[in-house]
Amino acid sequence: MEVEGTAPGSTLMIMKKIVKQGWRPVLVVVLLLILWESSSRLFAIPAWLLPSPLTIMEEGLSSWSNYAHHLVSTTKLSILGFVIGTSIGLLIAILLHLMPRVRQAFYPLLILSQNIPIIVLAPLLIIWFGFGVLPKLFIITLVCFFPVAVAALDGFRQTNAEMKHYMYMAGASKWQVFSKLEFPHALPAVFSGLKISATYSVMGAVISEWLGANQGIGVYMTLAQSSFRTDRVFVAIFFIMLLCLLFFSLIIVLEKFCIKGRAEQEAKS
Amino acid sequence: MSELKVSEVSKSFGEKKVLQSVSFSVKEGEFVSLLGPSGSGKSTLFHLIGGLFTPDEGDLCLGGENINGKRGRISYTPQNPSLFPWRTVLDNVVLGEELHAKPNKERARTMLERAGLAEYVNAYPHQLSGGMRQRAAFVRSLLSPQPFICLDEPFSALDEFTRLDMQKWLLSIWEENRKSVLFVTHNIEEAIFLSDRVLVLSSNPATVKQEFTIPFERPRREELVLTEEFLKWKKQIYHELRGEE
Ligand SMILES: Nc1ncnc2c1ncn2[C@@H]1O[C@H](COP(=O)(O)OP(=O)(O)O)[C@@H](O)[C@H]1O
Ligand SMILES: [Mg+2]
Repeated sequence: MEVEGTAPGSTLMIMKKIVKQGWRPVLVVVLLLILWESSSRLFAIPAWLLPSPLTIMEEGLSSWSNYAHHLVSTTKLSILGFVIGTSIGLLIAILLHLMPRVRQAFYPLLILSQNIPIIVLAPLLIIWFGFGVLPKLFIITLVCFFPVAVAALDGFRQTNAEMKHYMYMAGASKWQVFSKLEFPHALPAVFSGLKISATYSVMGAVISEWLGANQGIGVYMTLAQSSFRTDRVFVAIFFIMLLCLLFFSLIIVLEKFCIKGRAEQEAKS
Repeated sequence: MSELKVSEVSKSFGEKKVLQSVSFSVKEGEFVSLLGPSGSGKSTLFHLIGGLFTPDEGDLCLGGENINGKRGRISYTPQNPSLFPWRTVLDNVVLGEELHAKPNKERARTMLERAGLAEYVNAYPHQLSGGMRQRAAFVRSLLSPQPFICLDEPFSALDEFTRLDMQKWLLSIWEENRKSVLFVTHNIEEAIFLSDRVLVLSSNPATVKQEFTIPFERPRREELVLTEEFLKWKKQIYHELRGEE
C-alpha cells in the first residue's frame, strides 16, 4: 500500500524540482532569442543568411500544412527504426552474454563496426536496396543497436558478485540467474542505452532522407536548402530537436515505470 | 538427513593457502558456530559448502552424499543481505523457494510477520533498516527448501543493541523448526550465546584449532550473558583465539 502511495508522490516531487530548477535554462534561452532577434534587426542581417527568430516562427506557423506530412513520415520512420534497432541490439547482447566464448569472438568486432561512419555505407545500401523504406530502416537500425547492445552487455557483466554467488549457491540455473538477477540488474544501463539510441534514431532517419526520399524532414531540408529558404531549414532543425526531446522524455517515463525500488535510492546519491 | 561432514578440506587461491585440512561436522538439528578472525577464510569455507568452488583436497558430505562442487544443497545467508533492490520484501524472501518450486506466499507472509516485518511486506529493501534487511535475508533462508542453513556473519554490521535483539530473535525462530545451522562469526559472545558447539579457527591458513561444547540449556535467556559461567567460557575461548599470537 505505502509503496503504491510513494510512486505518484515522487513523480510530483520530480515535477516540482523541474519547475524549481527549470527556470534558469529557460531564462537563458529566452535571453539568447532576444539577443538574436535584436541583433538581426540592428545589423540588418539578410534573411537568407540568418533569419530572425520571429521570421522562423512565422514561417513555421504559416506553412504548417506544407510540411506536416514530412514530419509524420520522419516520426514513423524513426520509431520503426528505433524499435527494430534496439530490439536487435538487446537480443544480440543477451545472446552474446549467455555465450561467453561467442562474446569474446564478437565483442571487438562490435566495437569496430561503430568506427565505420554510417554515412559511407549509405550509398551502398541505396545501390542494393533502392530508395524505399528498407535502406533507411537499415541505417537507423545500424545506429540504434549499438548503444543498447553495449550498455546491456556491460550491465549484465557488472551484476553484483555477492548476489550472483547467492543465486548460484541457492542452486539457480544459468537462465534463472540471467532472468531473475542479471537482466533486472542491467535495466538502468539498458535504459541509458535506449536514451542514446532514441536521439540517434531521429538523426539516422534525417540522414537517410537526405540521401534520397520523396518525403520526410530530411527531404524538406534539402528542398529548403536548394532554394535558400534558410528560415525553413531552421524550422526543420527546430522540429528535429523537438522530436529528439519527445523520444527522450518518453523513454524516461518508461524508465520510471520499469525500474522499481531504486529510483529514490539513486535520487538521494 | 542433514548432517554435514567436512573432512580434511584444503583450498588455495593461487599461491595463498586459505584453508588447511579443515575437519568438523554438524549434526542434525545442531547449531554450530565457526569463530575466527576476519580474513581467516570463513566465507571461503561457505563458498565451498555451497558449491561455488570445489576444494583442492578433502570431502564435503551432506546427509551422506558427497557435495563437492554441488550447488543448491544448502540455504545460505551471505555476509551482506544481498536482497534484490527491485523486488519487494515479500518477493525477496520467496526467491530461494522460487528457484525450485512455486513459492508459498502465504507462508512467507506469516514468517515476515513473525520477523516483525508485517508492515514492510510490500516495501523495497532500501526502505528498511540494516537489522530489518538481515531479518529478511534470514527469512529467505528459512523459506528455502534446503534443510541445512549457513549464516555468514549476519549481524556483524549491526550495532550492539540491535545485535542482541537479533540474536534472541534468531534463537526463538530457530527453536521452532530446528534446522541444522552453521553460523560464522568473529564475535565470541555471539558464538557462545547461540551455539551448541563453537569451533575456533586459526588463520593463515585456517584450520579448526579447538572445539568447545557449550552446555547451557535452551531456551536461552538474555541474562545468561552476565553469568559467571558464561564469562568463564568467554575467557577460555578468548585465550584459545589469542593464545598463539
Ligand atoms: N575468489 C577469491 N580469489 C582469491 N582470493 C580469495 C577469494 N576469496 C577469498 N580470497 C582470499 O581468501 C582469504 C579469506 O577470505 P574470506 O574467506 O572472505 O575470509 P573471512 O570470511 O574469514 O573474513 C582472504 O585473504 C581473501 O583475500
Ligand atoms: Mg567473510
